[in-house]
Amino acid sequence: MSSLVQSVDWLAIAPPTITAVVGLVVLVADLFVSETRKPLLGWLSVAGLAAATLMLLPLLDADRSTFCLVGDEGVCSYTADRFTLVIQFLVLGGALLAALLSVTALKDDSKRLPEGEYWFLFLSSAAGAALLPASRDLATLVVALEVASLPAFALVGLRHGDRKSSEAALKFFLSSVTATAVSLLGISFVYAATGTLHLTLVAERVQNVDGQLHTLTQTGVVLTLVGFAFKTAAVPFHFWVPDTYVGAPLPIAAYLSVIGKAVGFSGLILVTVVALPSYAHVWGPALAVLAALTMTVGNVGALAQQATRAYSAVRLLAWSSVGQAGYLLVPIAAAAYSGDAEKSIGSTVAYALMYGAVNLGAFAVAALVGRAHRLNRVADYRGLYAASPLTALLLGFFLLCLAGLPPGIIGLFAKVTVFSAAVDAGLGWLAVVMAVNVVIALVYYLRWTALLFRAPEGEPVKHRLPAPLTAALALTGVLGVALSGAPQLVLRFTGTGLF
Amino acid sequence: MIDINESVMQVLLALIVVGPLLGAVAALLPAPPGLKGKSPDQAVLRHGVTVTGAVLIAAIVLALGFDHDQPSRMQATTDISWIPALDVRIHLGTDGISLPLLVLTALLTFLCALHSYFKPPTGPSPKAFVALLLVLESGTLATFAVLDLILFFLAFETVLIPMYFLIARWGGEGRAEAAWKFILYTLLGSVVMLLGLLLIGIEAGTFDMVALATDNGRSLTTSVQVIAVLAIGIGLAVKTPMWPLHSWLPDAHTAAPTVGSVLLAGVLLKMGTYGFVRILLPAAPDGFRTFAPYLAAFAVVGIIYGSLACLALTRRGANGDLKRLIAYSSVGHMGFVLLGIATMTPTGVNGALFANIAHGLITGLLFFLVGGLKDRTGSTDLDTLAKETGAALYGRAPRLGGLLAFAAVASLGLPGLAGFWGEMLALFGAFDPAEGLSRPAFLTFMAIGAFGTLLTAAYLLIVVRRVCMGASPQDSPKFADVRSYEFAAWTPLVVLTVVAGLWPRALLGLTDPAVQQLLAGGNR
Repeated sequence: MSSLVQSVDWLAIAPPTITAVVGLVVLVADLFVSETRKPLLGWLSVAGLAAATLMLLPLLDADRSTFCLVGDEGVCSYTADRFTLVIQFLVLGGALLAALLSVTALKDDSKRLPEGEYWFLFLSSAAGAALLPASRDLATLVVALEVASLPAFALVGLRHGDRKSSEAALKFFLSSVTATAVSLLGISFVYAATGTLHLTLVAERVQNVDGQLHTLTQTGVVLTLVGFAFKTAAVPFHFWVPDTYVGAPLPIAAYLSVIGKAVGFSGLILVTVVALPSYAHVWGPALAVLAALTMTVGNVGALAQQATRAYSAVRLLAWSSVGQAGYLLVPIAAAAYSGDAEKSIGSTVAYALMYGAVNLGAFAVAALVGRAHRLNRVADYRGLYAASPLTALLLGFFLLCLAGLPPGIIGLFAKVTVFSAAVDAGLGWLAVVMAVNVVIALVYYLRWTALLFRAPEGEPVKHRLPAPLTAALALTGVLGVALSGAPQLVLRFTGTGLF
Repeated sequence: MIDINESVMQVLLALIVVGPLLGAVAALLPAPPGLKGKSPDQAVLRHGVTVTGAVLIAAIVLALGFDHDQPSRMQATTDISWIPALDVRIHLGTDGISLPLLVLTALLTFLCALHSYFKPPTGPSPKAFVALLLVLESGTLATFAVLDLILFFLAFETVLIPMYFLIARWGGEGRAEAAWKFILYTLLGSVVMLLGLLLIGIEAGTFDMVALATDNGRSLTTSVQVIAVLAIGIGLAVKTPMWPLHSWLPDAHTAAPTVGSVLLAGVLLKMGTYGFVRILLPAAPDGFRTFAPYLAAFAVVGIIYGSLACLALTRRGANGDLKRLIAYSSVGHMGFVLLGIATMTPTGVNGALFANIAHGLITGLLFFLVGGLKDRTGSTDLDTLAKETGAALYGRAPRLGGLLAFAAVASLGLPGLAGFWGEMLALFGAFDPAEGLSRPAFLTFMAIGAFGTLLTAAYLLIVVRRVCMGASPQDSPKFADVRSYEFAAWTPLVVLTVVAGLWPRALLGLTDPAVQQLLAGGNR
């Protein structure tokens, strides 16, 4: 009799596991650590995330799978292939940078943010996000999605005695739970039609569904997408973004803007390209329209931000992240039309890596400026060059990367790959919509950039750089510059298969 | 002319493109000991002169080492893989079409740096000014030197940010709006252009311009070519600028500092027309043939429109700004260039390329002169300058007046000066357009264009009369005649204008074989 106990490949699951375990350790340690020693928890979490990121290295040599069906070795729930590793790198690396920002934020905000809970929730969410790209069955996928989201609601509302924060958390929670519920309903439809939860099996069996169940399956496909579309902040599931970003502690906004999106689009990719390739005619057009709407709404929203409004810098980044989510969706939609879906997916992955690095960089500068100007208005950035030239140059560079204009070469090439995915798939109209959006986006990014170099009003405020923020800025800056010199580092994912 | 090793030539071309970029970075760093100069400002401006000077020397050596017996062959080529995923290669090279533009760019930028050294721009620190100038130079030189569609786009975009800041930070009145208009127009155009470039690249399977030119559009269906030419053409036409997409140009020129105007007119506009010749003509000839009559029609409308706008500006009481006037005249001149290209004949395209260079020299000189005039009188407004009878520059500053008159007659296309040949050849090309193009239509365009030359002559002569002539009142404030540094900056342009006018073969000998080759199916 074959053993009912599965053998577990611990190395393969190390990255999310380490993150989760460190999270638990932090929670317990919090009880025993004296008030003055609390910052140690932060550094422990940073170290944990760094260790989890490093554990990706031994996985590079070959694809590994674990939690496979007993009897059918090819069908597994957890797979560490190239796609998984790249997204896990994005998630864990992004979480590491957001953690560096958090260390300073917690120090500045002492008393109002409970450190032990903060780090526990943060690491739990990161563990869920790291698990998600590796999941290869719908149940694990939903569990991972929930593990990534639920702590995030708490993080958004964590600030004691802040009404805005609680309100944002509630908005985020209600809309997200609705989306998840809809998604679960969709998954149950798909399960009803195919009798399996494993993505590869779904892909096989969905082609031979009983004619009577055809409508059910189609409904299931669409409903399943909703939950993930919500996570990527695609229109019409975007309205929680600006308020949530403003209400949340800034590092959490940074975290959501990158890791939240990574969770959303990697889930979308798994559901669409891996599980339901035969339903490309359903999700392809839906995603294309979604992408066009998302980028347009996001960019127009960002354009409408007034520089003098309170928190306008964060609001602008929030809206622009909605716009960027639209670009991320374009290649996924293109995957439905092109002959080589993996190549299109590679464009999304490459774009996400670029976006992750430069967006976190921009948030790092926003965190720095936010220390001196609590309202964090775009107008507060005027004359930043006079106060701290290097920071201003970095922010200018990050913004131009997001806009996709030289000297932000990597931003430009990331956009070029997305464009070429669309053109290659024959989605000319989407490419044109995106072209218009790129110009709209340029207006607000450049307006902000130009402001950095204007003469300051009054005495320039010197920004003292704390060590963790310096580290985050240096990391993102070096990444951005290195990628601009050698775009192949991320663009190679567009050339080779990921799965 | 002189025999230079091919690998040295490669290094020279790479240096021309990368050198200014490194110089820009160096400009932002503190000056090393020993090069501190009298003040940080002076040191950085001198740094600008040194770097642009070195690039100019490299460009001249490149031109000397260029094998003039085979101008149609790509020379000094470098071909390195950069981003295999996108099939983007760092492919550099120069032939008879791009070499003159490279030298012109290097020359004009050097003269601008020289001019700024003696007359520092009014505005924030010159450090950023020099850095931006150098980035701008690198971008323009790269545009003319690269042979890969995506790199071309990258270079095309690189100039946007520096030019934006040059106008927005060192410009005159209304600079913020002008800078916005400039960048939005060009960006809107260039994003559309990117789509077209991608379409060509993806359909033909290569982004390499040489390969595309050799292929001569054979691997692209006509409908793909038509879409691609439309998309790329819009991007290039905004830059050129072609009527009716020109409206950013007058504002940008009026607001830009002298140096910005010189480079904008002298170099940046050429990037558009160069793209037409280098990419569209050889890579998508069928698509181009479809649009050639429309392009020619827009071009002649531009010629007439530009001249009429200039005439309106020269009227008494119109408050015509001289810089704005030269900007509109550029619309007209670039109309001739576009007309030449639209004929799709060697004669027309050669004329276009010649007019490109001539316009760069003459308009560069004109903007320098008007800038000098503004430094002395504080105004470029024609009515303020001329008052009742005329500004009487001949009497008050005879050398400046003489130079201005020289530049004006060169601009109106006096035979014997550079402005003449390009426009004549462009009209000549329209007299007998390429096969497949409607001859009567082009004959009409030729007639209208020829009428445009008359209008051009009219407004430029009016300008000369109102600025240079007039009764010199005794009590009018005296001002200095041409200073020595101005002589240094302007003489090369004057000399080259005369040389190109008297010895057009020097230029046509370079461009003609390359154009013949390009139209017949690519580079060897």
